[in-house]
Amino acid sequence: MLEIKDLHASIDGTEILKGINLTINPGEVHAIMGPNGAGKSTLSAVLAGNEGYEVTQGTITFEGEDLLEMAVEDRARAGLLMGFQYPVEIPGVKNVYLLKAALNAQREARGEGEIPAPEFMKLVREKLAYMKMDNSFLQRAVNEGFSGGEKKRNEILQMLVLQPKLALLDEIDSGLDIDAMKVVSQGVNSLRSEDRSILMVTHYQRLLNHIEPDVVHILMDGRVVKSGDKTLATEVEDRGYDWLTEGSVA
Amino acid sequence: MASEEMEQLVRREYTQGFVTDIESDTAPPGLNEDTIAFISKKKEEPQWMLDWRLEAFEQWKKMSEPDWSHLDYPPIDYQAISYFSAPKKPEDRPQSLDEVDPKLLETYEKLGIPLHERAALAGVAVDAVFDSVSVTTTFKDKLAEAGVIFCSISEAIREHPELVKQYLGTVVSRGDNFFAALNSAVFTDGSFVYVPEGVECPMELSTYFRINAANTGQFERTLIICDKQAQVSYLEGCTAPQRDENQLHAAVVELVALDDAYIKYSTVQNWYPGDEDGKGGIYNFVTKRGDCRGDRSKISWTQVETGSAITWKYPSCLLRGDDSVGEFYSVAVTNGRQQADTGTKMIHIGKNTKSTIVSKGIAAGRSDQAYRGLVKILPRAENARNFTQCDSLLIGDQCGAHTFPYQEISNSKSMVEHEATTSKIGEDQLFYCQSRGINEEDAVNMIVNGFCKDVFQELPMEFAVEAEALLSVTLEGSVG
Ligand SMILES: Nc1ncnc2c1ncn2[C@@H]1O[C@H](COP(=O)(O)OP(=O)(O)OP(=O)(O)O)[C@@H](O)[C@H]1O
Ligand SMILES: [Mg+2]
Repeated sequence: MLEIKDLHASIDGTEILKGINLTINPGEVHAIMGPNGAGKSTLSAVLAGNEGYEVTQGTITFEGEDLLEMAVEDRARAGLLMGFQYPVEIPGVKNVYLLKAALNAQREARGEGEIPAPEFMKLVREKLAYMKMDNSFLQRAVNEGFSGGEKKRNEILQMLVLQPKLALLDEIDSGLDIDAMKVVSQGVNSLRSEDRSILMVTHYQRLLNHIEPDVVHILMDGRVVKSGDKTLATEVEDRGYDWLTEGSVA
Repeated sequence: MASEEMEQLVRREYTQGFVTDIESDTAPPGLNEDTIAFISKKKEEPQWMLDWRLEAFEQWKKMSEPDWSHLDYPPIDYQAISYFSAPKKPEDRPQSLDEVDPKLLETYEKLGIPLHERAALAGVAVDAVFDSVSVTTTFKDKLAEAGVIFCSISEAIREHPELVKQYLGTVVSRGDNFFAALNSAVFTDGSFVYVPEGVECPMELSTYFRINAANTGQFERTLIICDKQAQVSYLEGCTAPQRDENQLHAAVVELVALDDAYIKYSTVQNWYPGDEDGKGGIYNFVTKRGDCRGDRSKISWTQVETGSAITWKYPSCLLRGDDSVGEFYSVAVTNGRQQADTGTKMIHIGKNTKSTIVSKGIAAGRSDQAYRGLVKILPRAENARNFTQCDSLLIGDQCGAHTFPYQEISNSKSMVEHEATTSKIGEDQLFYCQSRGINEEDAVNMIVNGFCKDVFQELPMEFAVEAEALLSVTLEGSVG
């Protein structure tokens, strides 16, 4: 599905990612943890194609294709979708309109026609109910005035409608109350399937109780310093990150 | 080549020899009493109208062009302009769409202009535009039934002199400003609407205009009167890019609303903005003013401006009647080398008068625009209220937007609110949309249309859809 090899990336001349290696197979759920400023969001941004970051070395292959050669929208159309840590507000643009435009853009890329309006509405209503959001969210402007938790739900709603092959979730759990955490996790879990993968960034073991990862990576100072199964997350929760650097220095 | 030059030479001599020849279709360049008499005679006007024009001309001669705007353009030689020219003869026009610039046709297609209208807009010599003829007739019948008068201003001067005399120049006086004085002296075209007491005009005055838009004049004069409790929605212009050989346009629009009357005036204007360097674009200097003369009357201006090389335009409201309401909703888009200086004036005279101003400016390319708004509250205007919101969106970093709000408040029991923002189209908004699979151009359109939503929703439905399409065509290629 995704293969990252020796990825180096910098912003404004400062190197943030310093040689990342990561392979995600179809059906797998990977979690990335690590201290603030380690480069987790940077990694998601580079994967999504944010032009603010310069890739100076390394390769990323997505479904056999050179991801770094693809435009932002083409990555999304190929099935890589990013759930943002801080989703932006777009005044005046209805949420339902963005959803429809996005879905149709992807369908077009796949050579399918536009989705008929009734079919689309049925689909969206169903997913909306799943995310326990009421219909008024469709008519509101994208993320405008949404609470922190509502924004996160809205990100997952988009995932449910767009059905990506690889979902990137950056701190989808931050700012969620306990009930919202359940709803969001349920949403993410419903995406799990043999041919779909998930890469999620989080600070807390708690999310991983809801969405069980197959692999956990610890990212520190631009490198993956350790990978393991879900018990690694518990270990980090107990011991913090320091022991990992000490280990690598020694 | 040679024969074409010869022909032009001949034609020029021909016209120049016609200073007073009433048989001619075109007045020679220049402006004097003779020119005005020529126009008036051509239009078969009564003496009082000619006198009115001549007085305007006297005033104009004493005035000078305003220089306070934020615009930069070479001086206009008013003696080099021809003030009356009949429309091109059919044989001089393209004979079919095959002869029309394919780029223009492409734009029509993108805008979704119906096929039969494309020809008329492109200036093709179509005899009897099948649909439009029948449309026009049924249209006229229906209006006559309701007692609504809707005709050209020239026809109104001949057929309804009492109404014209009573109202013409009472909202925009002849000496109001340089361009209004010029228009008063030489106007040749425009429309007249009178809606009698208690009548709600049975249709939006639009279809007819779209079809005839290709023939709009250089110095239009429009006069709309809504009698007590009457209502009308008037649509001006069209979304198709209009070319015109006349570079200078100076229209005057006067609206009069009596007690409890409501006039809604919507404009979608897309004059040719000129080539990449702004060459050949239209200069549009317009005076538009509505007079809420009666109590509880309401006038609402909605405009979407995307064209012209230069725009100078401030649709305004005089809120004279108690409890009267004035509204101004505007989207102005400039791209390339376009310049626009627009805004509005809300003059609160009566008690409990209310005004709302929503202005959205979008600047792209190397264009420059200014919003200029005056809210004036006179001493008698107790409990007057104004709300102004004026937002600018910049696309790229070579364009500019400026805001000049003026307030003159002479009544302490009034309330004025002003909000203004200027933002660059957000890289992060674009990225967000693109990361959902939407391409950059569609993303820009989506964000810009969202920005304009408050204004678009004021437009009549069919116009709103066109306006959105227009915006995307105008901003094509402005990013990336
Ligand atoms: N324009 C910039 N110039 C220099 N450094 C930058 C710039 N933008 C971001 N950084 C740095 O890049 C580093 C990685 O940031 P990133 O957002 O990827 O961290 P993170 O792992 O997601 O952290 P958090 O857990 O706080 O979300 C940080 O140290 C940040 O300060
Ligand atoms: Mg982060």
